Amino acid sequence: MSAGTFAPSPGAAPLARQVRAQALMETRLMLRNGEQLLVALVIPVMALVGGVVAGRRGGIELDGRAVDVLTPGVLALAVMSTAFTSLAIATGFERRYGLIKRLGASPLPRHGLLLGKLGAILVVHLVQAVVLVPVALALGWRPGGGLLGALAAVLAALVGAAAFSSLGLLMAGTLRAEATLAAANLVYLLLLVGGAVVLPRASYGAAGDVLAVLPSAALGDAMRAALIDGRVAVVPLLILVAWAVAGAAAVSRFFRWE
Amino acid sequence: MPSPDPAVAVDGLVMRYGDLVAVDHLDLRVETGTITAVLGPNGAGKTTTLETCEGYRRPQGGSVRVLGLDPVRDRRALLPRIGVMLQAGGAWSGVRAEEMLRHVAALHADPLPVGLLVERLGLAECGRTPFRRLSGGQQQRLGLATALVGRPELLFVDEPTAGMDPAIRRTTWELLEELRADGVTTVLTTHYLEEAERLADHVHVIDRGRLIASGTPYELTRAGGATTVRLVVTEPFPPEAPVSLQTALGPATEVTTINAQSLLITGPADASTLAKVSAWCEQHGVLPESLTLGQRTLEDVFLQLTGRVLTEPTPSGAAG
Repeated sequence: MSAGTFAPSPGAAPLARQVRAQALMETRLMLRNGEQLLVALVIPVMALVGGVVAGRRGGIELDGRAVDVLTPGVLALAVMSTAFTSLAIATGFERRYGLIKRLGASPLPRHGLLLGKLGAILVVHLVQAVVLVPVALALGWRPGGGLLGALAAVLAALVGAAAFSSLGLLMAGTLRAEATLAAANLVYLLLLVGGAVVLPRASYGAAGDVLAVLPSAALGDAMRAALIDGRVAVVPLLILVAWAVAGAAAVSRFFRWE
Repeated sequence: MPSPDPAVAVDGLVMRYGDLVAVDHLDLRVETGTITAVLGPNGAGKTTTLETCEGYRRPQGGSVRVLGLDPVRDRRALLPRIGVMLQAGGAWSGVRAEEMLRHVAALHADPLPVGLLVERLGLAECGRTPFRRLSGGQQQRLGLATALVGRPELLFVDEPTAGMDPAIRRTTWELLEELRADGVTTVLTTHYLEEAERLADHVHVIDRGRLIASGTPYELTRAGGATTVRLVVTEPFPPEAPVSLQTALGPATEVTTINAQSLLITGPADASTLAKVSAWCEQHGVLPESLTLGQRTLEDVFLQLTGRVLTEPTPSGAAG
């Protein structure tokens, strides 16, 4: 080995390059993990197919064609899967394995780490859309609302991702990894069944009005308004913004990096 | 070009965990271009001191300067210039060794070629195995590689060879020596005396958060021309033995108890001392099993300074 192989030449990569590396790495690890894929893709697809089949057999009563009502809700569910459950579990184990501590001594600043996580979530959302939209179309989905509806849906997904990721990080940064794993899955199941995300609030009878304040219902409402009626639902979006702000404030106050 | 300023300057550092004082008014220097070992038993405050230098913890008392910077306030300026190897963990549970190394390399402006480190630290054998299933030694080697890949000026390594087999340990030592030749300053914590004696230009011995001795391994072990006589006997000593032997030998020597059947005598190991030891054994009806002369080791230094033996570490692998 020639002399000078290890001669010091320190320096940080440009932040954009660091964030891109972090986002790609997190995406790769998420897509490689079987349980993460189950939550991100398999459960939403099953919810969509199962719901449409049940709707055709008259198992559930919906205001409109089952696939048109359920698809926006399933897209909302997909956001919740990744931005909340996957993010919480992955981050919990990153703390547990000392990854966050290790990166804390690398040139990647904390906001770079968060941007990387956000980037990974958005890439996975794209993958989810690429899988879910064709499945819905094959089941006969006719999206309403046109281009404005599509844009409103993207807006809802982004605000929803912000709200759910702040809640996911809050859980991961305050509980032990095993507790995060259990709680993130439990909350996900509870919201899937009772959170008015896939099924519209009208299906929950009198409880529907109360459910409106849940982030799951707010995201479901915003998605349905966008993709059924082609409008931006202001109140649900404000509810999501409130969750995002409250979550972010709690994260900055309570999140423990190690 | 050697800088006159020390790479690390710790002055009067105090760190507490609740009531426990982990670091108690510690002063130490690390000169640029050296390998400096911080030696001490488990719980001596080594890791806490290192983590304060790395900016993870804010000094509760005293001050820490690393490369002339405040590790907390100037953290962003400092981090790219230092390499950090944690005692355990430090990767995604599902990441592959080479993938992790490539990732950390991508965070730096001018990283070392990943292939070079994979080869030098034998990481190719890790293949596609996820981090959580690597052996403790493999995780340690990956930790060292990720600490090095950004071409740091200053390297902090916490128990670098814990869990490594002897052959890999020697390869790691050679690598650290090569880094020194290329101008990298290394601070390592260890409780392997052999590691400190073999590698370090300078050794700081820490016990209970205090610096109790400092110098080159040579200065520490040959201080005052002292040599050692180790007396091992067949039956446990009578309780008054250390005191009575000390009285017989006089103040030029120092008697330290190693265990119930062995004593360490430090001082001029001349014919007179040996004669006095033999006479004392005869008087007290003690039958020597062995009487060995030797240079002091760092272990002896530590025993003399603290009255305690540096214990073997519990094997450290990945956390959890």
